[in-house]
Amino acid sequence: MLDTPKLPERHYLNNGHGLKSWLLTKDHKRIAIMYLISISAMFLLGGLFAGAVRLELMTPEGDLFLADTYNKMFTMHGVVMVFFFLIPSTPAVLGNFLIPPMIGAKDLAFPRINLLSLYIFWLGAAFFFYALFAGGVDTGWTFYTPFSSFSSNTNVIPTALGAFISGFSSILTGLNFIVTIHRMRAPGLTWFRLPLFVWAHYATSLIQVLGTPVVAITIIMVFVERAFGFGIFDPTRGGDPVLFQHLFWFYSHPAVYIMILPAMGVISEIVSTFSRKTIFGYSFVAFSSLAIAVFGFIVWAHHMFVAGISTYSALVFSFLSFSVAIPSAVKTFNWAATLYKGAISFETPMLYAYGFFGLFLIGGLTGLFLATLGTDIHLHDTYFVVSHFHYIMVGGAIMGYLGGLHFWWPKLVGRMYSEFLSRVSAILVFVGFNLTFFPQFILGYMGMPRRYHAYPDEFQVLNILSSAGAGVLGIGYLLPVIYFLWSLKRGEVAGPNPWGASGLEWQIPSPPPTENFKVQPVVHGEPYEYTPHVAREANLV
Amino acid sequence: MSNAVAHAEAHGHAVPHDALQHHFETMQQQKEASTLGMWVFLLTEVLFFGGLFFAYLLYRVWYFDAFAEASRTLDISLGAFNTAVLIGSSLTMALAVRSAQTNQRSATVRWLISTIVLGCVFLGVKVIEYADKFEHHHVPGPNFVSESVWAAQEQIFFSLYFTMTGLHALHMIVGVGVMSVVTWMAAKGRFDEHYYTPVEMTGLYWHFVDLVWIYLFPLLYLVERHN
Ligand SMILES: [Cu+2]
Repeated sequence: MLDTPKLPERHYLNNGHGLKSWLLTKDHKRIAIMYLISISAMFLLGGLFAGAVRLELMTPEGDLFLADTYNKMFTMHGVVMVFFFLIPSTPAVLGNFLIPPMIGAKDLAFPRINLLSLYIFWLGAAFFFYALFAGGVDTGWTFYTPFSSFSSNTNVIPTALGAFISGFSSILTGLNFIVTIHRMRAPGLTWFRLPLFVWAHYATSLIQVLGTPVVAITIIMVFVERAFGFGIFDPTRGGDPVLFQHLFWFYSHPAVYIMILPAMGVISEIVSTFSRKTIFGYSFVAFSSLAIAVFGFIVWAHHMFVAGISTYSALVFSFLSFSVAIPSAVKTFNWAATLYKGAISFETPMLYAYGFFGLFLIGGLTGLFLATLGTDIHLHDTYFVVSHFHYIMVGGAIMGYLGGLHFWWPKLVGRMYSEFLSRVSAILVFVGFNLTFFPQFILGYMGMPRRYHAYPDEFQVLNILSSAGAGVLGIGYLLPVIYFLWSLKRGEVAGPNPWGASGLEWQIPSPPPTENFKVQPVVHGEPYEYTPHVAREANLV
Repeated sequence: MSNAVAHAEAHGHAVPHDALQHHFETMQQQKEASTLGMWVFLLTEVLFFGGLFFAYLLYRVWYFDAFAEASRTLDISLGAFNTAVLIGSSLTMALAVRSAQTNQRSATVRWLISTIVLGCVFLGVKVIEYADKFEHHHVPGPNFVSESVWAAQEQIFFSLYFTMTGLHALHMIVGVGVMSVVTWMAAKGRFDEHYYTPVEMTGLYWHFVDLVWIYLFPLLYLVERHN
């Protein structure tokens, strides 16, 4: 039995006080915390728009909002959630905080660029807020031309520029991670000793760096059309709107992997820790991240099967889209094999990981329906699609993000949250999510199209179920805000390694000192070494 | 503390270089990080311009006659002159890096200033070319005028022309700005043979911008000139 742990005297949170010490910091941990606060606020805003959408859809008539207002509601929900929450979520918060300590470094390779990325993110958000207060935007988060370039009379330019600018924050984060992982690893920490969280972020960073510039230039092309009357996608001058879709999805399909890959990295850490076993098939899990990143770049046209692309290219893209299932399944089976005969315990992060399995599995498998050319014609632009991508981007990515937040929260602030409330929230999120989105699969299958504020009467029961689920989900998401804030002052002191986990980041105090490591660590062992000794130290057996 | 000393000695110089940031162990590690970072950044730039080159390729295949016709209205001699200017500026930039490496402070400053001047010459010529396009109503949009049967599709060419050369010029303006700062740093004597990373990184960037133009010139000015 060890003494009750105490908070370290000096740590990154009390090293400097006042707003200026935060706004001018170069400490990756403080930047991560500022990202956490910023994206949480954006998540709340995006959630409010989602709530408005679900409220309207309680009744078949379009009675709460005008059709135009409804268009703005779902557009701004999508823009906020994709560009200002999901893309930064796990990398900018958890990756930022954890990659340096995980690899035994004092900071990311470019601390100033890290801070710059946060400011760029804020600038992008400012553009979005300008658009919001100027009356909103109604193009859908996809900005499809020629509607976005010539027809819409809402605030397309500031919104698109907001997405453009925030993209550079994502690029800089990815660039920083790539260089950090290549050049800042502690002696002895070879590539195959890296935590899988780091591998997942490396793959994510590749997508951020290779994909984001393409959507950036695409937005510029829409911008010059709308602002100066240029014509690149304008059909009246021989331009091709489908070219816009190709360029847009070249980024925006891989963007889904920017959201899900880091979450998968989180899950690998959680599964190994809470089953007290080394991860099964380490190198397969590591390389499947890279495979997902690579495959992700050659499947984009599955969004365009009904946009008039040739049958042959549709066939190829259908086949390639199926192939993404392979590395995803490799991960899932390896996690399952890790759990097999493990000493599993069910703390909150593990509950979130289980939630991830269920939701990602459904989301991934329904993706195959949409990659199939025949069924896609029936399901395209219906609620089936809406449900599918929410299962991945919300069910998968946010479950992973929240699981990670719960897992590393004691590292972030040095204190524990309420285990009871957090388990309740994990269950509420899982139940609420399924209640919200499972009915949408059925609605889509029955033919309810997306993006309309009115629908035939026979769809009402399922829509009410979905809206009720959204309420439950909302409570599930709000609960962590309450107990996380509570934990800041009153939570039990966590100590360096409350879960008995094996990573380097758990060997330094919680919260860590500004420089992370007093002495440059040297790594001797393999990753995920769970021995009875570690578990005993953590007081778990 | 004793650990840090042991470390510094192991790398052969007891006092760490002024420019060594706290989170790096050695100057070499710091330089390798910067270099890799710059190359990754240039990779993003390739993809950024790549989207435009892709659109160019598609439309050039679809509307070759329109592209050929529109391309002939560009002034080939000004384009060629600018190409020579930019290649020259890459040479002066390379000489600036060399001078910084070999501790020649005033030569570094001199070559950097030459590069800035050449960059400005390029931008000046670009202004003349743009003004000419405005005068002849070759700017796509409501004021565009062309007698050709390909008038509509010519607008696509000019849309790409202005977007590509405009973004290229923007990159040059950024480059000139960065070089001004680096010149000031060089004049202050911040660089020596152990630390000249900013000069070298600016050089990489400048060569990249040059290279983009090397592609833009034939693609935009030389679509079909032989009749
Ligand atoms: Cu996709």
